[in-house]
Amino acid sequence: MTDQLTEPQAPETPVKKQSIAHRLYTGDISYDFVGHRRVWYTVSAIVLLISVAALLFRGLNWGIEFRGGADFQAPITVTANTVEDVRSAVKALNLPSQDDITVTTVGSNTVRVQTQPLTETEVTQVKTAIADVSGIQPDDVAYSLIGASWGQQITTQATIALVVFLVLVMGLIWAYFREFKMSIAAILALLHDLLVTVGVYALIGFSVTPATMIGVLTILGYSLYDTVVVFDKIRENTHDITNSRHTYSYQANAAVNQVLVRSLNTTIIGVLPVAALLITGAFVLGTGPLKDLGLALFVGMIAGAYSSIFIATPLLAQMRELDPDMAEHRERLQRRAARAAEKSVHKPKTVSTVSVGDATAASIDPATLGLVPAKDLDAGPRKQPSRHPRSRRKK
Amino acid sequence: MATTSRKHAHPLRTLVILAVVIVGLFTIMAVNRVWTPKLGLDLRGGSTITLTAANSTGEGSVDPDSLELARTIIQQRIDGYGVGESEVTTSGGNQIIVSAPNVQKDDLVRLVGKTAQLYFRQVFKEEASSGTATAEPTATASAQPQQSASANPTPTASSTGNKRPLPALPTPQPSPRPTVAATPAPTMDDMLKWTPSARDTSDFDAFQCGQTSPTPDVVDQPLITCDQTKSYKYLLGPALISGQHVTRAQAAVPQNSVAYVVTLQFDTQGAADFETVTGHLASQTSPENQFGIVLDGEVISAPSVSKAIPGGQAQIEGSFTQKTATDLANVLSYGALPLSFEISSVENVSAKLGSDQLQAGIIAGLIGLALVLLYSILYYRGLALVVSLSLVVAGLLTWSMIVLLGASMGFALNLPGIAGVIVAIGVTADSFIIYFERIRDEVREGRSLRTAIETGWVRSRKTIVVADSVSLLSALVLFILAIGAVKGFAFTLGLTTLIDLAVVFFFTKPMMTLLGRTKFFGEGHRFSGFEPEHMGASKAPLHNSQRKRGAVAGGEA
Repeated sequence: MTDQLTEPQAPETPVKKQSIAHRLYTGDISYDFVGHRRVWYTVSAIVLLISVAALLFRGLNWGIEFRGGADFQAPITVTANTVEDVRSAVKALNLPSQDDITVTTVGSNTVRVQTQPLTETEVTQVKTAIADVSGIQPDDVAYSLIGASWGQQITTQATIALVVFLVLVMGLIWAYFREFKMSIAAILALLHDLLVTVGVYALIGFSVTPATMIGVLTILGYSLYDTVVVFDKIRENTHDITNSRHTYSYQANAAVNQVLVRSLNTTIIGVLPVAALLITGAFVLGTGPLKDLGLALFVGMIAGAYSSIFIATPLLAQMRELDPDMAEHRERLQRRAARAAEKSVHKPKTVSTVSVGDATAASIDPATLGLVPAKDLDAGPRKQPSRHPRSRRKK
Repeated sequence: MATTSRKHAHPLRTLVILAVVIVGLFTIMAVNRVWTPKLGLDLRGGSTITLTAANSTGEGSVDPDSLELARTIIQQRIDGYGVGESEVTTSGGNQIIVSAPNVQKDDLVRLVGKTAQLYFRQVFKEEASSGTATAEPTATASAQPQQSASANPTPTASSTGNKRPLPALPTPQPSPRPTVAATPAPTMDDMLKWTPSARDTSDFDAFQCGQTSPTPDVVDQPLITCDQTKSYKYLLGPALISGQHVTRAQAAVPQNSVAYVVTLQFDTQGAADFETVTGHLASQTSPENQFGIVLDGEVISAPSVSKAIPGGQAQIEGSFTQKTATDLANVLSYGALPLSFEISSVENVSAKLGSDQLQAGIIAGLIGLALVLLYSILYYRGLALVVSLSLVVAGLLTWSMIVLLGASMGFALNLPGIAGVIVAIGVTADSFIIYFERIRDEVREGRSLRTAIETGWVRSRKTIVVADSVSLLSALVLFILAIGAVKGFAFTLGLTTLIDLAVVFFFTKPMMTLLGRTKFFGEGHRFSGFEPEHMGASKAPLHNSQRKRGAVAGGEA
């Protein structure tokens, strides 16, 4: 079977062309995430401002699980009059809380009635009333009834979960990275993701249910996971930073570029099933835990991937550069660059200036320093003699 | 092709062991004849009622034993109601969750939510009920006299201290019986002087077990009711002692005895009342010397009293078995439970909505799976084979675990649970990506593909474990702290994360080692996902040709 495939029908891509992934890895092309951090901080600041504004002015649409109340769902073919018919039928019952009856349609085949908390007798009355209008059996009307204190309990539990989780996560990050500043950067990125997700909820107006809560808490895990992948690489790159010719910022930026493809891939693969959840929940069912979990995870995962690259890494680099050992390291690099520049006056050659400090160091031409590129020094096997695979040698 | 393994890695052996484990899991399923997971009520229709217990003595936590006892009582109550397959579980330390599949009866909520009421009442009449006299007397029956119609109702009206409608009044159209107890409560003396009215007696004569009792269960009113087997009917006086005064009830075998008894311990107030009441009862003739122990309007036991019992300690004798004695003791203890319950939520899903939700869950899962596979085929080409096979293995493991956990631990898959499984498709695939990308990185750094598969594994292993630990940690925290149905999400997410670890370690890695030895993958064929131009490492030697030649010369060091 494999033999049949050894001869490709038509080469689609030129063999010489190197993939973006490879060029990102080797540093042939790279984006200066750390250097352009002001741009991305601004982007995040705007998004966060919108989130906060949405929270303040629109507020969250709390589901009945939090408010207490009754929720009825009946399968019914929705027409223009459905909402009004159902509303008047329910109003005709003269329930104690007449003014607080919400009738909405979900998709084209479900009607939903929400009221204040009811007694069991009233529940039966409402079920029968809805069933009469819809021409279905009362037993086909699904309902949920939430006591007033239930929401309080759920909120308390969710708050406890959030705090416990944040503490555990901080502990985990600290134990894993052994670097306080990494923990801080990761936590800030986490908060960023949380706020964005909650803001999107306020903006779109999806109701907040226990499923939403659990979705939001799960995001904490995902956001962290992305950050772990990036920070892992940063730690690898900056392992022996004081003996290298690069600044912390430079190495951190290189790390982001190296894991960019992996990060993109894991995010896309993670988001795809969540998108399926969201779409099915929103368009097939119209309501329920699939939709609530789906949106929270969808927004949270994208925000998580974004923040680990654009927020967490620049923050970490910025904080580390403030440390005395990094300042010393930068000075050393500057002195070395200056000496190299002096030398190059005698030998007229392209002068590469080094800008370090606030921004990342532009790449120093290693040849100027008489050194081999850093990537070739990385712990790895020595280069094997270039030799084409047999299949290619045939050509 | 892959017959010799270079190092300590034995990919084939690992794969075979994994296959044996999966076959084993499916064999267990076959033996038990369960092939589908137990579905939650939101997927097949039914009612879920969540009750929250609070410590009725004020602040303080809920005692787990008390909660468990309350659970047992509620279970008995529902079983008595005739709801098949219902489940009553405790959750979160202060909740009782009642699940009844395919039940649309609204009065289930009332039944579950009502407070258990345990009272000691005096028996005035006891007769076999002719209506539904099918069941034989219970095991506790020997505590009750078999039959005694020797009632001598003295028609002297009691003092007006008790405010019930007086029986002596010749009311042609009987007024409805009161449904609430009078305040202030009548004194013990008044209640002991109480005797049934003519109306009570005629109602009792007309009453048959199985009918609705003519008397509501009100503390200071008489009660006409039956025992649990509905074979005896009773006319009982007002409640003399409330079950709240029972501090302890236990099933025990006394010394020098072989039969079980139920011992009772009253609090100070209860002990005093109990002494007064037993003194009164002992002077009566059968059946009026009997106590009716009434729980939720049903006679649990009706022991007779032969002498006044001081000290607040009593013992009910009869031909108890261990079970019947324990059951009675549990019921008696219920009055001592320092718990009050509130209905927190009622979730009623119609069968139609249930099947719609199940369908939607399955659709979402299939779409999610298809999208992931499509993306991995586009990006990883031949490696998508590894991705799909790994997902199939993960799917088989997940399915069998959910089925088996449903059969053994009663784990029911609900809609949030399905969502957890779907989200886990991404988590699982993420692990492969971390590994694959690491292999590519290694190749870019100049390693041969075969070496890269090994070194890439060593380096990505740590990242995968950390990532999965974070996921597992969140699942664990959510599972412990979540309330209600969303627990299902945390459970399946945690389960599938563990399965993901197993799959990556015991399937994907050995599979990659094996595939690395094939020509298609090992030589980086253009559709293998390791083709040089795809990774951009065209200059790097993909295939370790040295090793290939070395195989003849005795292998590489």
